[in-house]
Amino acid sequence: MVHWSAEEKQLITSVWAKLSVEECGAEALARLLIVYPWTQRFFSNFGNLSSPTAIIGNPKVRAHGKKVLTSFGEAIKNLDNLKGTYSKLSELHCDKLHVDPENFRLLGDILVIVLATHLAKDFTPACQATWQKLVGVVAHALAHKYH
Amino acid sequence: MVLSAADKSNVKAAFGKIGGQADEYGADALERMFAAYPQTKTYFPHFDLSKGSAQVKGHGKKVAAALVEAANHVDDIAGALSKLSDLHAQKLRVDPVNFKLLGQCFLVAVATRNPSLLTPEVHASLDKFLCAVGTVLTAKYR
Repeated sequence: MVHWSAEEKQLITSVWAKLSVEECGAEALARLLIVYPWTQRFFSNFGNLSSPTAIIGNPKVRAHGKKVLTSFGEAIKNLDNLKGTYSKLSELHCDKLHVDPENFRLLGDILVIVLATHLAKDFTPACQATWQKLVGVVAHALAHKYH
Repeated sequence: MVLSAADKSNVKAAFGKIGGQADEYGADALERMFAAYPQTKTYFPHFDLSKGSAQVKGHGKKVAAALVEAANHVDDIAGALSKLSDLHAQKLRVDPVNFKLLGQCFLVAVATRNPSLLTPEVHASLDKFLCAVGTVLTAKYR
């Protein structure tokens, strides 16, 4: 089980409180598809992903980004039981969606960069360290049920 | 992975905007890397890694200078960083996985210091550029 210090929990919840989940989720997913274009392989039914502008404006990307980051919010409420929280989602990503867990790590790193652009100087090294740990642990939990 | 003309242009423009502050970006990236990825500190047992360390600042300046050099010779990064590539292969032997970690922290440093600079397109180009630099620095490892 992952241990979170009081400081880490504070850094997580205070950052989360400042976010627009819809905006950041949409931006994170869009950047994933732009920076790592091979990740588009999972979204062939999303319509126009032909350019960064198309991706950013794509309503399915925005909606899915919001869904993904909303789920992240669940993790934050359940920091002491991430594997349990993500058990069903893990099975889904393995059995139905067939997503290589490496993609969770890529999205996690992108999310950290999105947070950095929004929080600027407030995104201190300690803040980044905590969030890199969080995205890593979430990625691990999402991969846990893979077989 | 190949840098397109647009990527090269984005990289040059980005480093142009970073300009004289590249040293601070380098130090910031290192500080972030040591905080987020403590295992990277194993390469610096001889350094004072506490906050504000002069050694980290000095090393950040070196890292930044190399990135600037690569950006200024973006058509031939391998040529521009040839000596550094030899150094990493023969002496430093930093495990290749660590270049991605420093790259992530450099992007975060840019994102926190100059958020408007890091549009999705520039983010993509810089990420590719940093990958290319890492590839060059590890190219002679074996």
